[in-house]
Amino acid sequence: MSELLRAYLTVVVFLAAAGMLVGVSLGMGRLLRPKRPSAQKAMTYESGVDPVGSIFGQSQVRYYIFALLFVMFDVEAVFIFPWALGLEVYGVFGLVEMTIFIVILALGLLYAWRKGVLRWV
Amino acid sequence: MVAQNIAFGVLAAATSLAAIRVVTTRNVVHAALYLVVVLASVGALYILLTAEFVAAVQILVYVGAIVVLLLFGVMLTKATLGEDDQLDNDQRWLGAVIALFLLGTLSFVLVDAFGDDKLPSLEGVSRATLEAQRGSGAVGDAIFSTFLVPFEVVSVLLLAALVGAIVLARRD
Repeated sequence: MSELLRAYLTVVVFLAAAGMLVGVSLGMGRLLRPKRPSAQKAMTYESGVDPVGSIFGQSQVRYYIFALLFVMFDVEAVFIFPWALGLEVYGVFGLVEMTIFIVILALGLLYAWRKGVLRWV
Repeated sequence: MVAQNIAFGVLAAATSLAAIRVVTTRNVVHAALYLVVVLASVGALYILLTAEFVAAVQILVYVGAIVVLLLFGVMLTKATLGEDDQLDNDQRWLGAVIALFLLGTLSFVLVDAFGDDKLPSLEGVSRATLEAQRGSGAVGDAIFSTFLVPFEVVSVLLLAALVGAIVLARRD
């Protein structure tokens, strides 16, 4: 196994430990607790009030814009990481290129702002 | 090499099972959650290929952002979020034929392009060498030399996506 993958064994061990933590604590609870299910106990807990209506509520379209903005700036961040690693090598040239990239994306944010979709009514 | 093969087997099985569950589950939200398993496993496969940067992007963008977008998309529709028999329809066989065709095409292209090529063995290659060759820094070097124009075009593409979404989502 290469050195790189051996480093990732830590991640595997971590995931296994996390899985065991949940499994053991829930498993112990299952073994130890008395089990007397009733309709009342199976009901969704809503701060002591009986739940009303269906679980589905159609959400507003404005959430979608925020999710899309998030995706956009997530992708922007992805490109900024490798640039930051070689910041001194790319120098002014890299800075100019990255500025162009960010300004073009900022235009989108400006458009969203001017169109008022960022306002939370 | 044995450990890599075992890890690949486990991850490939997890990816395939979760992918099948994405299309067979009766609950749209469960489908989105199974998709998280698929995308995360694919990210782990990238790490097996020593493509750490791509793996990080996979987790950051796909698991982090695309699934959120998908869930909001589901919540915007009028579909019921619970069990729903209407998720299936008569076009499943047509879909199966197209999926098989796609599988055939992709398999042919992969075999045709790579054939008997073997991945170079990474046995004994130091971590520093790997980082220099295919780490995030190497990706940066490629972006700021060969792929400079595509990199700038990506920003225009993202801008177009955002403006398009705003135009579609606005009520007026």
